Amino acid sequence: MNTSETFSRWDLFTETFFNQRLIDEYSGAIAKGILITCEIAVLVVFTGIALGLLLAMLRSYRFLPINVFISCFVDILRSLPPLVLILLAYFGLPSIGFSMSGFLVLWLVLSLILAAFAEEIFWAGILSIRRGQWEAARSTGLGHTQTIVYVIIPQAIRMTVAPLTNRTIAITKNTALGTVIGVGEILNQASTAQSFSGNATPLMMGAIAYIVLFIPVVAIGRWIETRFAWRRI
Amino acid sequence: MDTPQPILEAQDLRKSFGTLEVLQGINFSLLPQEMVFLIGPSGSGKSTLLRCFNRLEEPTGGKIIFDGVDLMSPDVNINTMRQQIGMVFQQFNLYPHLSVTKNITLALRKVSKKDSSEADEIAREMLKRVGLEEKANAHPDELSGGQQQRVAIARAMALEPKVMLFDEPTSALDPELVGSVLQVMQKLRDSGMTMVVVSHEMRFARDAADRVAFMSEGQIVEEGEPGAIFENPQQKRTQDFVSEISR
Ligand SMILES: Nc1ncnc2c1ncn2[C@@H]1O[C@H](COP(=O)(O)OP(=O)(O)O)[C@@H](O)[C@H]1O
Ligand SMILES: [Mg+2]
Repeated sequence: MNTSETFSRWDLFTETFFNQRLIDEYSGAIAKGILITCEIAVLVVFTGIALGLLLAMLRSYRFLPINVFISCFVDILRSLPPLVLILLAYFGLPSIGFSMSGFLVLWLVLSLILAAFAEEIFWAGILSIRRGQWEAARSTGLGHTQTIVYVIIPQAIRMTVAPLTNRTIAITKNTALGTVIGVGEILNQASTAQSFSGNATPLMMGAIAYIVLFIPVVAIGRWIETRFAWRRI
Repeated sequence: MDTPQPILEAQDLRKSFGTLEVLQGINFSLLPQEMVFLIGPSGSGKSTLLRCFNRLEEPTGGKIIFDGVDLMSPDVNINTMRQQIGMVFQQFNLYPHLSVTKNITLALRKVSKKDSSEADEIAREMLKRVGLEEKANAHPDELSGGQQQRVAIARAMALEPKVMLFDEPTSALDPELVGSVLQVMQKLRDSGMTMVVVSHEMRFARDAADRVAFMSEGQIVEEGEPGAIFENPQQKRTQDFVSEISR
């Protein structure tokens, strides 16, 4: 093989993916994208998990109409591709008088999807707690809500940490879908820059930004998993 | 002289699971400071009866009168009533995520609305009574079965119940740990606690119980003083059961 040819291919590669001029030019935009991605991700994690927990707790009252509603909500949201829901909410809702910013739509839709998965995970956790725990608590006069808050959930959480972490990471990565409704998150910034510059460097910057952002999240997830698994029942 | 009023009474109590009638019209009454043993073959409905007494199980018929209050009445606050009816389970059912002290204080703080320091003080006192003061900060999984059951007894005692129900409190224990739990129950008995105990610890029943009731197939077949039931049972089913367990 010809050395100069290899050399020029290497040049072409760095020119395409790691163009220094473009890195300088667009690092500000990517940084802004990182900030917005973080904002949405944090909001989605909190509202999604809180709503999921609330739904699972409601379900424990075993009140039929509510449980039918929760089951439908969960099954529908888990079966729809997130992009479909995002487009539907962003382009459909204004026609019936609900106009929301892309940011709000992304937050809302991803939160609802995470809530649906989280509800199932929490519910499985609640069901895994032995009946004797309920009976001990109720026999001392604790009500249903007190029992679930002080006795059942703290134990159920242990078994939900691993699946919940995985699901949460998967859904926060879906913040990239915001690009189709003009939310200025990482992918949106990167692909805008890519079409302006005609070069893939901004996309590579975006990919690196995702890695930098999510590797710590994955690591924290693993840490939480081991921390919560320590004491066997 | 007045005859004392029963503290707990079941009148024609019935419970069905689907088509299976597990309690077939139980009449039972318990006087203050009495200790009654409930014996009978597995599946005869002893646990179900005990659990109906505090409505962990909803009866399908009949009445439960506790301290003059009809527990089935719709305007009874069952949570307040349950604080006066302590329950101890075969599997201990301590809360594994809480320390021994927190196990005891949870209901004191959340239901009796005592502040933490007062609740902790009560927990300390109860642990002293069951001989486990030094385990106040341990977690349940650091305790032996016998110690766990004594904590469970302390948890029930802390609410100062008027009656305590024991469902096979020593059946899940290794034989060498049974004695420590029976000792605590004996102390409770000596302090005047009213108790219903499902247990086949015959020797303990003979020493401590005022009365033994024999259940079979959802009915109380025979009851009387321990000596009478164990040595001189009148009913065929009681005779068969007693000779079975004394073998
Ligand atoms: N939750 C339940 N659902 C259906 N059947 C039950 C339930 N609990 C108890 N039973 C049945 O009721 C009968 C009496 O049970 P139990 O009161 O536990 O008896 P014991 O304590 O005397 O062994 C058994 O036949 C048991 O299978
Ligand atoms: Mg039983």
